[in-house]
Amino acid sequence: MTTPALKEWPLWEVFIRSKQGLEHKHCGSLHASDAQHALQLARDVYTRRQEGVSIWVLPSASITASAPEDKDAFFEPAADKIYRHPTFYEIPDAVGHM
Amino acid sequence: MAVNTDYLLHLADNALILGQRNAEWCGHAPILEEDLAISNISLDLIGQARMLYQHVAVLRKDGRSSEDLLAYFRDVPDFRNYTLLELPHSTALAPTASGDRDYAVTVARNYLYSALMVLIWEALQNCKDAQLAAIAAKSLKEAHYHLRYSRDWVVRFGDGTEESHQRIAAAMAFLMPYTQEFWDHSSMEKNAAAEGVGVEPASLRANWEAEVAATLMLATLPAVSTQGFVPQGKHGVHSEHLGYVLAEMQSLARAHPEAVW
Repeated sequence: MTTPALKEWPLWEVFIRSKQGLEHKHCGSLHASDAQHALQLARDVYTRRQEGVSIWVLPSASITASAPEDKDAFFEPAADKIYRHPTFYEIPDAVGHM
Repeated sequence: MAVNTDYLLHLADNALILGQRNAEWCGHAPILEEDLAISNISLDLIGQARMLYQHVAVLRKDGRSSEDLLAYFRDVPDFRNYTLLELPHSTALAPTASGDRDYAVTVARNYLYSALMVLIWEALQNCKDAQLAAIAAKSLKEAHYHLRYSRDWVVRFGDGTEESHQRIAAAMAFLMPYTQEFWDHSSMEKNAAAEGVGVEPASLRANWEAEVAATLMLATLPAVSTQGFVPQGKHGVHSEHLGYVLAEMQSLARAHPEAVW
C-alpha cells in the first residue's frame, strides 16, 4: 500500500481499425491509469458509434517524433525527385483498375 | 403461455434504477473519459429497461401499460428493484447524498450487480420466452463489459493507494450485506423459473460468490460479511432513497404527461 497516487494519468495514443479498414488508424489520445484502462476508455470514447472492430493503445511517451523545425532537412530533399513516383509507366488495359 | 410480468418488471426496474443512479455522474465524473464510460453503462442499462418494459406492455395488453407509464407513473412500492441499486453513491446514509458521491461505491455496486447479471442473462438467453431470450442475449454482451469495467476498477482501487484501498474496502463492507437480497426467496422468481421464463437465484449463488471472492483477493481486499438485515426491495419494500430517485427521474414526465421530443 505504498503506491503513490498518480496526480496526472499518463497520456495514451489510440489506434482503431474500422470494419472495412485493413490497418489501424490513429484517431486520438486519452488519459488513463494503465494499459487495460486505456483500452476500455478508448472503447468508450472512440467506438461509441461503431467506429471500430479492433483497438490499439500505446503510451504517448513511447513515441519518438520528428521535430517541426527539422521539416526542411527531413522532407525537402524528396521534393525534386519526381522519378520516385511511378508515374512514368503505361499500365496495360488488361491490368484494369490499380 | 402465461408470462410472469412481475419478474420482467423486477429485471427492468433493476436496470432502470441503476441506470438512473449511474447517470448522476454524467457531467460530474472524476475525469472526462470516466464520464463517458459510466454514461455508456447507464445507456446500456436504460436500453435494457426499455426493452423489458416494452415487452411487459405488449404482454399485458391492458391499455394501461407502456414503457413510459411503467417507468414514470409507478410509485415506490410498485418497483421491484434490489435495494442495493437505489442507494446513494456514498457509504454514509444521508438522504439524498447528491453532493458527496464516492466513485468507489459506484464501482463496487456495478461490480456486485453485473457479476450477478452475467449469470442471470446467461441462463435467460435459453428461456422459453423468445423475446426475453433475445433481450438476455443482447444484455449479456453488455453485462460482460460492465463486469470487466467494474472488476478492473475494484482491483485498481483495492491494490492501489492507501486511500483508494480504504475507500473500496469501505464501499464493499457497506454494500455487501445488501447482496443477501439476491438469494432471498421470492414467489415471483420461483414462478418464473417454474414456467421456464426465469431463473432461481439460489442456483447462481456459488458461481457469484466464487467470482466475488476471486476479485476481492486480487484487489487485496478482505472477505466481507454479508450477515444482518436482508433488504426487501424486490418485494416492493424499499429504503428511503428510492423515493428521491423516482422524484428526480419522474418529475418531468409527470409535469408534462405524454410530452414528446
